[in-house]
Amino acid sequence: MKFAVVVFPGSNCDHDAYYAVRHVLGQDAVFVWHKDTSLQGADAVILPGGFAHGDYLRTGAIARFSPIMHEVKRFAEAGGPVLGICNGFQVLLEAGLLPGAMLRNRSVRFQCEHVVVKVEHTDTPFTVACRQGQLLRIPIAHGEGNYYAEPDVVEGLEKSRRVIFRYVTAVGAVTPDANPNGSVNNIAGLCSERRNVVGLMPHPERACELAVGSADGLVLLESVVTSVGQGAYAAAR
Amino acid sequence: MRARVFVTLKPSVFDPQGTTVAEALHTLGYGAVKGVRQGKYFELDIDASTPEDARRLASEAAEKLLANPVIESYRIEVDAGAAEAVR
Repeated sequence: MKFAVVVFPGSNCDHDAYYAVRHVLGQDAVFVWHKDTSLQGADAVILPGGFAHGDYLRTGAIARFSPIMHEVKRFAEAGGPVLGICNGFQVLLEAGLLPGAMLRNRSVRFQCEHVVVKVEHTDTPFTVACRQGQLLRIPIAHGEGNYYAEPDVVEGLEKSRRVIFRYVTAVGAVTPDANPNGSVNNIAGLCSERRNVVGLMPHPERACELAVGSADGLVLLESVVTSVGQGAYAAAR
Repeated sequence: MRARVFVTLKPSVFDPQGTTVAEALHTLGYGAVKGVRQGKYFELDIDASTPEDARRLASEAAEKLLANPVIESYRIEVDAGAAEAVR
């Protein structure tokens, strides 16, 4: 299958994502420049981490005006699998493809460390190969990952089972100490109403080989290969 | 015509930066500062014939781009005139 990795000016995890897809997973991957207007027939889209447009105004705020985002939106609305990682998650929030917003980390520091997240639900294209409740050790690297939404929105997300990843302790407990940034309900990642758009702050693409400390992130990419292989999202292309 | 747009986090939203600034001020001995909210300030030079038109345009700009309505609110002043709370 073919992944499109969108490159914004300021993206800096685009090559990590490309490497993970192409060289670890052995799938096809193409870079798509933010001014392009075609996803080149990709089966899945990755919005990578970094500092799109220098994080000017707000993280992700300017990226939503990039021409490629029309196509990403269309692809998402047609049911195609879209994964936003870190800054890519922030872009999805600003573009309105996922609800809520990011605040500065509670610590007011850039947090760069391995965290443990729990897979809450496996019925998304990026978690279908996970076990329910599986713990993944994946790095985070962000200054603004403190997820916020109005209480009724958060309640709706929980009720509709759209909180997909949660920061937990090494044994899977949801505690304030396990929360690296102050996110409401320890939310690390969530999905869209149709469940095909997933955003998360941790970097699965940086945890795809044991040589870099963890290969726990690979299962997200394997999941979408499985989903696409089952023909679930052919209509989106 | 000039519009000034002040964007701040909504009162219900925790402001980690403002809190840190307040703590720093306390360290400097300014215990009288009971709270700090940090925000952004924009000056828009607008080609408009009336202050009302300038205000309307600035409001739209704030709604669509300058502020994120999920977490932020804004206030607009046009020229040297009176301030008005928009939302």
